[in-house]
Amino acid sequence: MNLQIFTHFGKFILWQKQIFKRPENWSMYYKETLRQMYDIGIGSFPIVFLISIFIGAVTAVQFAYQMAGTLIPRYYIGYIVRDMTIIELAPTITCLVLAGKVGSNMAAELGGMRQKEHIDAMEIMGVNTSTYLILPKLIGSLVMIPVLVCAAAIIGIAGAYLASVPTGFFMDDEFITGLRSFFVPYNVVMMFVKAFVFAYILTSVASYQGYFVRGGSIELGAASTRAVVYSNILILLADYVIALLLTV
Amino acid sequence: MIRVENIIKTFGKQEVLKGISFLFEAGKTNLIIGKSGSGKTVLLKILIGLLHPDSGSVWYEDKNLTTSTKDELRQIRLQCGMLFQGNALFDSMTIEENIRFPMDMFSHKTAKEKLHRVNDCLERVSLAGINHKYPSEISGGMQKRVGIARAIVLNPKFLFCDEPNSGLDPKTSITIDNLISSITKENNITTIINTHDMNSVMEIGENICLLDNGHLAWKGQKEMVLSDQSEVLHDFIFASPFLQKLVESAK
Repeated sequence: MNLQIFTHFGKFILWQKQIFKRPENWSMYYKETLRQMYDIGIGSFPIVFLISIFIGAVTAVQFAYQMAGTLIPRYYIGYIVRDMTIIELAPTITCLVLAGKVGSNMAAELGGMRQKEHIDAMEIMGVNTSTYLILPKLIGSLVMIPVLVCAAAIIGIAGAYLASVPTGFFMDDEFITGLRSFFVPYNVVMMFVKAFVFAYILTSVASYQGYFVRGGSIELGAASTRAVVYSNILILLADYVIALLLTV
Repeated sequence: MIRVENIIKTFGKQEVLKGISFLFEAGKTNLIIGKSGSGKTVLLKILIGLLHPDSGSVWYEDKNLTTSTKDELRQIRLQCGMLFQGNALFDSMTIEENIRFPMDMFSHKTAKEKLHRVNDCLERVSLAGINHKYPSEISGGMQKRVGIARAIVLNPKFLFCDEPNSGLDPKTSITIDNLISSITKENNITTIINTHDMNSVMEIGENICLLDNGHLAWKGQKEMVLSDQSEVLHDFIFASPFLQKLVESAK
């Protein structure tokens, strides 16, 4: 079992080389990349919107509760919500959710293609399936997931505003002052670094699980689950490593 | 032509192919027959390069498939077409898109030329006019014919068919067999069919190899099948009690 982890890790690393090969036909890859961008970006926006707005709202309400009766200036709520959302909540929570939505979808799609011999059929036609099936997904993710993360940050802050200002927890100017205070542009860079790394992890891990699936529907279900679980673990691990590298 | 030399393939401790050597001739329908588990599919997958043999070699004319690099393998595969047992048609694409896919990927024809070729291929398999249907909207026999149309769209030199008659009624099976046979003759293709359908053997078996427990048990043509004294061949061909009675009464 332990040795299998190393086998899979080695196979995964060697497979990465196969993904980045010259496309057989640029226009086919372009079309497929657009399709993936649409599926990942537009297809995931509603869930990202919903989660972000509630996470922002809950963060604001919880902080309002924790700050009650303390000497911390009230405008800090905007500052705390902004930085927490940009640095941690938007990239990490969004990508954890996308690992579930997009990752499991990719694993199931590729696994289904493997089981129905679609991948074999393409191979026999002379298509480099590792490149044709995975590269557009990777590009689609690397372009659209940072956009979704950016949208999640904005929506999260908007959610915090909606939960705290109209409801009377804070005054409008308190929240806005906090939002404008102590802004460090580097935090936005950190958000995008995380978004890119997490996008790569969730796409490549999910694709690996789907592409190499063997067996029947039970194995396909297991591969889809593994895609989500392993992506989540690796995203959290990468989150810690990036935090160490970029902040310490 | 495709030549295999002393192919050995093992899965774990089980030796599935035990030194198979055979010549698949050009312009003929070459049949790989045998009982379930005799190694037919493994041999076909080795021929097409989806599996690598433990030892032995596969020659596509003068090119050795077993020692070729991935790029060389891709070049060889550009000359191949394959009809899968389950058709392997892309469900989310229309019939036209399915057949056009290899051309979209590898040819520099204009959209009009591609459409013309798709229509030619559909006409060749007697399915003109179903361009915009999806695979789920047509019958199993029609799906097989679409699979053939897709396999021949790039004018392959080598055509592989894995159990082309599985799941089809006898009449449709004969239609598919005749279609494969005539396409083989028209284009001088090396066609290799993996089957255990006796109608196919007797209809289109121009060059037959019988596998038994991983060995090449018999080779010959359809004309030799009934007269040959090989016990393994006899056991395979006349496995059905009905056929045994028929032969005995004929004798």
